[in-house]
Amino acid sequence: MSQFILHKENTRGHANHGWLNAHHSFSFANYYNPERMHFGVLRVLNDDLIDGGMGFGTHPHDNMEIITIPLAGAIAHKDSMGNSAVIKSGEIQVMSAGTGVSHSEYNALADEQLNLLQIWLFPNKKNVTPRYDQQTLDVQAMYNNFQQILSPNEDDAGVWIHQDAWFSLGNFDEGFEAEYKIKKAGNGVYAFVINGEVTIDGQTLNKRDGLGIWDTDSVSFKANSADARVLLMDVPMEF
Amino acid sequence: MQTTILYIGRDAEITVVMNRLLNARPEWKGVCVCTDEEAISILKTQDVDLILLGNGISPECENALREDVNALKPGIKIVQHYGGGSGLLYGEIMGALD
Repeated sequence: MSQFILHKENTRGHANHGWLNAHHSFSFANYYNPERMHFGVLRVLNDDLIDGGMGFGTHPHDNMEIITIPLAGAIAHKDSMGNSAVIKSGEIQVMSAGTGVSHSEYNALADEQLNLLQIWLFPNKKNVTPRYDQQTLDVQAMYNNFQQILSPNEDDAGVWIHQDAWFSLGNFDEGFEAEYKIKKAGNGVYAFVINGEVTIDGQTLNKRDGLGIWDTDSVSFKANSADARVLLMDVPMEF
Repeated sequence: MQTTILYIGRDAEITVVMNRLLNARPEWKGVCVCTDEEAISILKTQDVDLILLGNGISPECENALREDVNALKPGIKIVQHYGGGSGLLYGEIMGALD
């Protein structure tokens, strides 16, 4: 019998720092909710709005798989591994922090707001050598399809990370229906609605709602609006 | 009342940041070190409420450290600190102290 947890958009943690307007699906920074610590290895799902030219100065990370998906605008990234890049909407960035890495992240545009999802997963191995990657997403392949954008395998579609996790992203027409098969026994799926209205396993979800489902091997999906956009995060529940 | 938190991590730069973050809150006192020897020395001379294990600590060192802590100050909670910064720190400490 499958189990689920529903996180409605307006129950997320919220911190408005002026230049940064952040919503946290799970406990983060000063937002602490013991019932919102993680979904399996998914520890952080932040939905950040960052003013033009503003951002996070150089700061360290370790032992975390950090995935950044810009939804609008562009991020300027610099890190201690020597990477300097701009990641635009339609791209994905991944950083395995491992033994330690420092980086900065700024809105690359002076006069346009940046909206990004930043997602942190616990790694399946501690103290790995830090690494960085970014890729352009195949937007055409996301039309009425959950297109894989992340996996544990270097030679598979999308970026790869040190965890048995698969992310898929899709843009859907109203009425489109599908079944998503979970990639690995013991994994659960956390669905995050970026836009529109959808029904997943009988639960109606709206923009920025999240639904975690586990103890199942598949989930049903239906788009209820013409502009539905959904990110599925298929992650180990035990770690 | 202040909670004394001992952070042990191998990366000197992250240890400096953790020291700043932990001591930025009046309710916490952070003591941050890079080596197990320094950590044991602090445990022998100071009251510690919670230990955070940071990056770069091998499983062998972690096991030895846990044995030493248990022998010196049994009952002190030891939790893994992930992320190397402020994002998860508050939740980890609150979760451990709850």
